[in-house]
Amino acid sequence: MKKKKQNFEQGAVVTKPGSSKNYHTGDWRVFRPIIDQSKCIKCYQCWQVCPDAAIRIDKKTERVEIDYDYCKGCLICVKQCPVKCIAKEVEKK
Amino acid sequence: MTKRVIEASHAIAIGAKLTRPDVIPMYPITPQTHVVEDLAQFINNGEMKCAMIDVESEHSAASAFLGSIAAGSRTFTATSSQGLLLMYEVLPIVSGMRLPGVMAVANRAVSAPISIWNDHSDAVSARDQGWIQLWVESSQEALDTVIQGVKISEDKGVMLPLMVCFDGFTLSHVFEQVDVPDQKTVDKFLPKFSLKHKLDIKNPKTFGPIGFPNSYMYFKKQQQDAMITSLDVIKKVNKDFKKSFGRSYGSGLLDLYKMGDADYAVLGMGTLCGTARVTIDKLRKQGKKVGMIKVRSLRPFPEKELQVAVKNLKALAVIDRHISLGQEGPLVTDVRSAIYCNDLTVNGYIAGLGGMDITVKLFEKVFSDLEKGKQNGSWLFD
Repeated sequence: MKKKKQNFEQGAVVTKPGSSKNYHTGDWRVFRPIIDQSKCIKCYQCWQVCPDAAIRIDKKTERVEIDYDYCKGCLICVKQCPVKCIAKEVEKK
Repeated sequence: MTKRVIEASHAIAIGAKLTRPDVIPMYPITPQTHVVEDLAQFINNGEMKCAMIDVESEHSAASAFLGSIAAGSRTFTATSSQGLLLMYEVLPIVSGMRLPGVMAVANRAVSAPISIWNDHSDAVSARDQGWIQLWVESSQEALDTVIQGVKISEDKGVMLPLMVCFDGFTLSHVFEQVDVPDQKTVDKFLPKFSLKHKLDIKNPKTFGPIGFPNSYMYFKKQQQDAMITSLDVIKKVNKDFKKSFGRSYGSGLLDLYKMGDADYAVLGMGTLCGTARVTIDKLRKQGKKVGMIKVRSLRPFPEKELQVAVKNLKALAVIDRHISLGQEGPLVTDVRSAIYCNDLTVNGYIAGLGGMDITVKLFEKVFSDLEKGKQNGSWLFD
């Protein structure tokens, strides 16, 4: 386990809200989903089903993109994609 | 101060009232019922300003206890036996979140077979859940310990929940003369309730988050350190209490009776200590050098003080009103571990389970066992 300097507040109270953002769950990933934008039909089903809200829609391009800081690599998006444009790759550490 | 003849349940209720709690979650269970009945009556009569939460189970009582302390309210509750067992899941959460509050436990045996009578099985089996446990012998001590308990629990170096353990029926339903302190003195004795962190929608914080393997153990160490700190706090509060109210209970951790020149002694908790005192007075008249150690604080366990207390003894008998099935009485385990270096015979006796009487005759047998040099304890059936 990585040793980080931590503040052990009495009773384990987290004194500032929103601290879970600092915890990058993308570290857990074994498989990395990769979107082939040339095949994507912008149906946004992957955005709907992502359990970690790690798929975002770019408002300008209306394209989906994966936030790899928080994507745990569950690959539900891969399974859901109706045009099979999301591939999986083994995560290189 | 006014002198009144009341039962310990009523004394506990009065003690709680004097500490001015903001919230009391209530769920009745024999033999604790009179405590919450009396408190409900006080609130209904307008004698105390306090929110009473009529919960649907002890699990809810403990959860409401936790929540209202976290919201910044002084909170009190009471339970017994199966009720405490139903609270079990919440007990380590209250202590782990470092929320100070007092709960009275009317000690009763646990099922099966069903027993509403006294032994120490309920609270003793919860001793590892991070609560300070003070065990009382009389109605007066019960009332006083609730007041002391609030001060100990809310001490900034402690910040742990505290149980006041009093024997069901043997104490809860027994009428005794009790000095009821006046409100002014109690108000002066107790600080205002304050928390470093409390639930506040204007200043949101996260309570009870996950502790990953790289942090959990540090929080447990903090709890243990707080427990060790509380040893001194219990002693200090007991001393301060004497200054304000004229009464104290031994050192606060242990209460010694005729131990000065004693060769043989018994050690126990709760009301059985009263019977031990009577036996000791009787045997002293026959010229026998006997004494008693009352453990008032089971958690934290006063190891060092105990080592000094038993220094001149020839043998010690520990009376457990609980059995850790498959081992021995937990109290004798603690005592042996504490005084391992003292090289002293310690016999463990199991007595008074499920309300079986612990009589002077039984104590006489224990003392005669010690004098004869017996190396083993036994089960004491009345």
